[in-house]
This record gives sequence, structure tokens and C-alpha cells, in this order.
Amino acid sequence: MNVTLITGRTIKQGMVIEHKDSTMYTDANAICEFDPDDMKKLKVSEGDTVEVSSEAGAVFVRAVKSLQSPHKNIIFIPMGPWANQITSPKTDSVGMPSFKGIPASVKLAKDKKVLTYPELLKQSFGK
Amino acid sequence: MEIHTDVICPFCGTLCDDIEVHVENGRVMEALNACKLGNAKFMSMNKKNRHIVPMVRGEDGFTETTIEDAVERVARMLVDAKKPLLYGWATTECEAQSVGIELAEEVGGVIDSCASVCHGPSVLAIQDVGFPSVTLGEVKNRADLDIYWGSNPMHAHPRHMSRYSRYPRGYFRERGQQDRTVIVIDVRRTDTAGIADKFLQVSPGDDYELVNAFRTLLNGGDIPDEVAGIAKKDIASALELMKTCQFGMLFFGVGLTMSPGKHRNIDNAISLVVDLNKYTKFNLIPMRGHYNVTGFSEVLTWQSGFPFGVDYTRGYPQYNPGETTSVELLSRGEVDAVFVVGSDPAANFPKKAVEHLAKIPSAVIEPHETPTTYLCDLNIPSAIAGIEVEGTAYRMDNVPIRMRKIMDAPAGLYSDREILEMILLKVREIKNGA
Repeated sequence: MNVTLITGRTIKQGMVIEHKDSTMYTDANAICEFDPDDMKKLKVSEGDTVEVSSEAGAVFVRAVKSLQSPHKNIIFIPMGPWANQITSPKTDSVGMPSFKGIPASVKLAKDKKVLTYPELLKQSFGK
Repeated sequence: MEIHTDVICPFCGTLCDDIEVHVENGRVMEALNACKLGNAKFMSMNKKNRHIVPMVRGEDGFTETTIEDAVERVARMLVDAKKPLLYGWATTECEAQSVGIELAEEVGGVIDSCASVCHGPSVLAIQDVGFPSVTLGEVKNRADLDIYWGSNPMHAHPRHMSRYSRYPRGYFRERGQQDRTVIVIDVRRTDTAGIADKFLQVSPGDDYELVNAFRTLLNGGDIPDEVAGIAKKDIASALELMKTCQFGMLFFGVGLTMSPGKHRNIDNAISLVVDLNKYTKFNLIPMRGHYNVTGFSEVLTWQSGFPFGVDYTRGYPQYNPGETTSVELLSRGEVDAVFVVGSDPAANFPKKAVEHLAKIPSAVIEPHETPTTYLCDLNIPSAIAGIEVEGTAYRMDNVPIRMRKIMDAPAGLYSDREILEMILLKVREIKNGA
């Protein structure tokens, strides 16, 4: 399904800024908030793994029903290393990447694992 | 038990100044009045696995080292690099920022802050068309209309509405909430929209068109029946609220700066505020994220003349966002060392930019483990500004506030400013042939 991706702050993401070495960080950030109607269309349930892709890459995150709906065809991933797997470094020559309004596609990937951030960094940057 | 009152919260740009912190035997027991974000920061002082000793990456992973060795390694990295990037600065005090800028000039590097990936476009727009602004104190006492556009303070600045806009009683707003109207404009029906009087759900990427629709109607023109996904009658009724209020505020967030249009969205929004001043008093304040990202722009402007993305490689300050800003410098592979202070670019920059950061020599001053400490070659833990170190920070409305020290840092930890001064001294020694 083609969607528009928005990334940004959530209160849960903000609360774990000093606790990025805990599982709370993955729980708060490696998620994708869906409009409930979009979840039905995609046959995705709360907690399922989904693959979100953009021109910059792809990432596996956990589906979560949005409490800030309706926002049909818009998905939200909290700012962080998972979201930034699929954000583009293009800035329109002003320094600011487009962290919001990114064309993306999303599909169910039930058998895939959501990586923790050390696993994600190892996979992406070899460190 | 020590009770500290009127403590400044070093989390978001609201910089709340009424926190009461209870400390017993070096542990924070309570942080009264703080929101969930501020409370999490104060309670994190009790973390047991905090880094105390600098760590350096070797062939077998990270090993501990001394502060003297860590300082020398950072100094040599910066001196040896042709074009180092010094990035971060939004979560430390102005006094440390000032030393950091001196260091950037000394090593001929580029210095940039988180502003370039949050409200940098707002700064560009302000340079183009000006900044009709006020302080949050005036908002509390005078504002009867508050618009949050592309901003979700219920998540990012949780006490903003209770201290300044939605709820408080003010000198001219004696009945508090009853005397105030709140409009939210966002692509989602956010939690902030849930407590607004009026919500306009703009389609993604169409904020510029919506500002234009407001300005067109305001200046006597006509608009189509629907603009940016919003019916003409809803646009017109929101505009009527703006024209007829006594003191209006536009609080805008990164929903505008990070969406297509970027600085042009802000440019246009400021122009709307200017147009509204033909009818009433109207002002705007950007919803700055980190507690002292505003301060860094102030300090850098005093010292270099420019607010972010300043390049000292030619010996004098150059400022050209899009060329001298961090994401471009990293994603184009134009810098050969990175020194991060109080920020987490490995988490918050696009993957392509982080790929280069992971390849080149790097160091970070950071009290906690983050993806950046994980990727960098060297980590120097520091005392936490605003809790273990006093210093100055600037609120989102450009008001400087003195942050207080309420507890001692663990033995062996230095403040960001002290570490930066040690590095600057060592850089000068190395350059003088020591």
C-alpha cells in the first residue's frame, strides 16, 4: 500500500532519550502508527511486523494502532534510527532533510524480526 | 532530604522554571510539577549503569581510558583533520557552547547544531522576512487566540499549553481557558487537536497552499471550495477568529519546517502574521525542541555573526545552509572527522549521512549510551548540564534563563565546558609544537 510517511517526536520516544540502552527504546521507537482503517485494509494487527520502504531503503517495525487518527494513508514512525533507515538525505539545499511527507510503501512482514538498535547499527554500518 | 525549588527543567524549549526536586543521598526521589519528559530526565539521574570513565574503541571493542588520554585523542583528531565537523550543542549550556565555537575556529572546522535539522528553515525565513515575536509571559497574560501549526505540544512540549496558552489565567485573561481559543492545524488529529476549539486537518505537504489561502482571503481575494483538503468555509471561519482576536499567537513546529516547502512555509506563515497585524496584534514563536537549541544560535551569532552551519575552514566564518550544514557535509563525504557534543546524530540523521559518520574518526561527549556513542571511536561522559552543572539556556522565546545545579556529579566527571576547555588547551599545545 502506498502511504505518506511522517516521522517525529512522541511522548514515549521523548521519555526514553536517557534510556537508549534499554529495551524501552526499541519498544517506543521501532513502531509504525497506522490509521485503524488502513490496518484493516492491510490485514495488519497490532504488534505485527511490517516492512516500510522508501526510495532511501527499507525497515522492519512493529505495527501500532494510532491514537491520533484519523489519518488515512499516513503512517507515523517516531524519530530515531529505525525511521532514519528510510529518510532521504536530500535537503533541497537548506540543510533540512524531509523528515515528513515522505512517499513510502508498507506491507505485512509477519515472519520478520524487528531489530534492536545495536543490531540495526551493525547491519547498516558494520559497527 | 534536600528540597530544591524553582529548578529549571533541562529538557524541551519550554524550559519550565517551577520544578521542585527532592534529593536524598544523591538520588532524585521526586520531580514535582515536571511533565513526563522532564520527570524522565530528572529520574534518569538514578541510573545505575551510567558511564563514568571515557571509553575508546580498540580492536576488541571499547576499553576504559583516562580523561587526559581522551582529551589528547580528541585534540589530535581535530588538529589532524582537514575539515572536522563539530556538531550537537543543543543540550548543553551557553558557556560550553561558547568554548566549542572557539574550538571550531581554532581547528578550522565546521560547527553546526541540531537547529539545522529542526528549525533551521525557520531561521532562514526569519532572515528573509523578519520575526514579529513576543515572550511567553506576554502570551500568558494577553493572548486570546493560540494557533499550533505542525506542532504537537501534548507530546513534545507537554506543559506548554498549561503554562502559557490553553489553560492559565493571565493579567488580561482572568478566566483562563474560557478567555482563550485554540486552533490546531495538523495532518493528523493529534492529542493537541483533541483539546483545541477548532481543528483543521491539512493534507500532507500542502501547508504552503493553506497559508496562501488564508492570505488570499485576508487580502480580499477568493479561493476554491477546498484548499489543502480543507473546506473554504472552515478556512474562512478560522481566519475570522484570527482577524477578530485581540492578541493572536502562531506557534509553529517542525511539521512546517520538515515538510515540502521547508523555509518557504515559514516565510509565508510569517507573512500571514504580518498581514494579520493590519487587523489586530499577531505574533509567532517557533516551538523549539531541545532546551538550549535557541541558545546555541544566540551564542554562535555573537561569536561568528551566523546562527548555525558555520564553516571556519578558510579561517573566517562562512555560512551557507545546504553547503555548510551537517547532513550535506556527511552525506557528501566532505568532512574527515566528527566531534559530537550532547546530541545523537547516529539516531536522528538519515542513514546515508550516518554511513559516513561511521567511517571517519569520531568522538562524542555524552552522559548516556546512545547510537552515537555506539558508533563513535571515543566517548567522554560528562556531568549533566542543568542538574549537575549550572549555566545559561535560552527558552524558545529567546529569554535567557539561568539553570541551577541541584546535585553533584559522580566523582571524576567534568562538565562539558571543562572538557572543551581541556581540549582547546591541548589543541593549542599541539599547534604550538608541544
